[in-house]
Amino acid sequence: MSIETISLSGRKKVVSNKEMTFLERLYLVAIFKGLVITIKHFFRRKKTIHYPEQVRVRSDVYRGQHQLKRDEQGRENCTACGLCALSCPAEAITMKAEERKANEKHLYREEKYASIYEINMLRCIFCGLCEEACPKDAIYLTTSKVLVPSSYEREDFIFGKDKLVMPLDVAMKNAQLKNAN
Amino acid sequence: MDSTFIIEKSVVILVVFAVTMIMAMYSTWAERKVAAYLQDRVGPNRAGWGGLLQPLADGMKLFSKEEFIPNTPNKFLFVVGPAIAMSTALMTSAVIPWGDKLHLFGRDILLQATDINIGLLYFFGVVSVGVYGIMIGGWASNSKFSLMGAVRAASQMVSYEIAMGLSMIALLMMTGSLSLREISMQQAEMNWNVFYQPLSFLIFLICAFAETNRTPFDLAECETELVGGYHTEYSSMKMGFYLFAEYANMFISATIISVLFFGGYNYPGMQWMVENAGVNPANVLGMVVLFAKICFFIFFYMWVRWTIPRFRYDQLMHLGWKILIPLSIINIMITGVVMLRGEIAAYLGF
Ligand code: SF4
Ligand code: SF4
Repeated sequence: MSIETISLSGRKKVVSNKEMTFLERLYLVAIFKGLVITIKHFFRRKKTIHYPEQVRVRSDVYRGQHQLKRDEQGRENCTACGLCALSCPAEAITMKAEERKANEKHLYREEKYASIYEINMLRCIFCGLCEEACPKDAIYLTTSKVLVPSSYEREDFIFGKDKLVMPLDVAMKNAQLKNAN
Repeated sequence: MDSTFIIEKSVVILVVFAVTMIMAMYSTWAERKVAAYLQDRVGPNRAGWGGLLQPLADGMKLFSKEEFIPNTPNKFLFVVGPAIAMSTALMTSAVIPWGDKLHLFGRDILLQATDINIGLLYFFGVVSVGVYGIMIGGWASNSKFSLMGAVRAASQMVSYEIAMGLSMIALLMMTGSLSLREISMQQAEMNWNVFYQPLSFLIFLICAFAETNRTPFDLAECETELVGGYHTEYSSMKMGFYLFAEYANMFISATIISVLFFGGYNYPGMQWMVENAGVNPANVLGMVVLFAKICFFIFFYMWVRWTIPRFRYDQLMHLGWKILIPLSIINIMITGVVMLRGEIAAYLGF
């Protein structure tokens, strides 16, 4: 077989530049064929997912909204080591570290904690590298289907600890479940 | 002229006006829906049930937009352009017979604003004035894109009007009348002209696409090359007028096609209905039938728009001058020969 006739994809078509016949030049036959094709699509089932009412089925490994975890006693895991910020390819994470006071032992697990922890959701690409980098099991990307809500202000897209930290009651419930098992 | 006559005509005119407006309004909705369905989407469905309030939302948006007038030496003409486009689009509906007649309050009410005996000529005249709206608007915009659009629109309409007129002549040779009412009446039962003049219908249909500036002949607007064509510089309701005029034109040309070739308000068994069910029900059904035909053609316009791409300019001119005009002349000759076949046979001595 010569190289000209080989078709690796099996779909090779030779372009022909032959003169059109009179019937073809009237375009009517081609137009009619086109009309048949489009009217078939008219009666097809529509592919649209009606978004706010219907949410698309997501993959099992879907990476959604971040969450800063608490341990079984409801203390924050994060120790503000900054490894997540370092690993983040989009440079979306910033934080400020603070030393834990004696009376804050029930709030933070480690001696150092993040007093400010912010993720810029406009920068984040939901790659999950922060989750992989964290040595303290503190940050996870959840399977939450809630997307970042739209807003007119840039500031609204910078999520602080108020939005990121896992709610206390959820942490307690998790702990209970764990004990029950 | 008695006062009841004036009242009767005013009511008919008002109703026709309102119906044209509503049809144009809902054509915009239908256009989006049809486009969406042909592309496996669902189209507007948020404003009202099935998006039925979408035209109102659009209208409100257009009204509340800033009225922008470009720095042009012809501010007056700039405003006149859309006005002409709109009024000519609405004027054509005057001669269309929407039904035969209704018998109300002891009077026979003709379902037509006016039955002039040159109805078809009037229609052609008003439609060709419509191009002035586009030309004046495009020229007064003081913009290259608008001017290009206007020039294209003008040359396209002039060339396709010839083929359109010629295709009509073959039909008129058969009907012998220019009155749209009479043409409708001749097509009673299933005597539709399209069966006698298929070629004439085809040419008329193609030219109607060109006259209403619809795809595949929408070179006057042509977003890909000319931004928005002749209405590039328009905003707010002036732009709305142009868009509205386009849809009103579409409605009217769908109506003309139904009246000329598809029997207008006639349906098989109309005579039987008049005798058995009375004049009014028979004619109401006639109107419904006419509207069904119109809606089909409006759908057809949209169907074609979302199926085939735009013609190139030279292809457009080639089609108009070198194919459609000769074809319609041949059609005239064939019609003539068929009509005079007896005389010709006698002359040749058969
Ligand atoms: S998911 Fe990726 S981009 Fe987003 S914060 Fe974590 S590391 Fe950065
Ligand atoms: S989230 Fe994890 S990696 Fe990031 S600062 Fe806290 S402990 Fe370190």
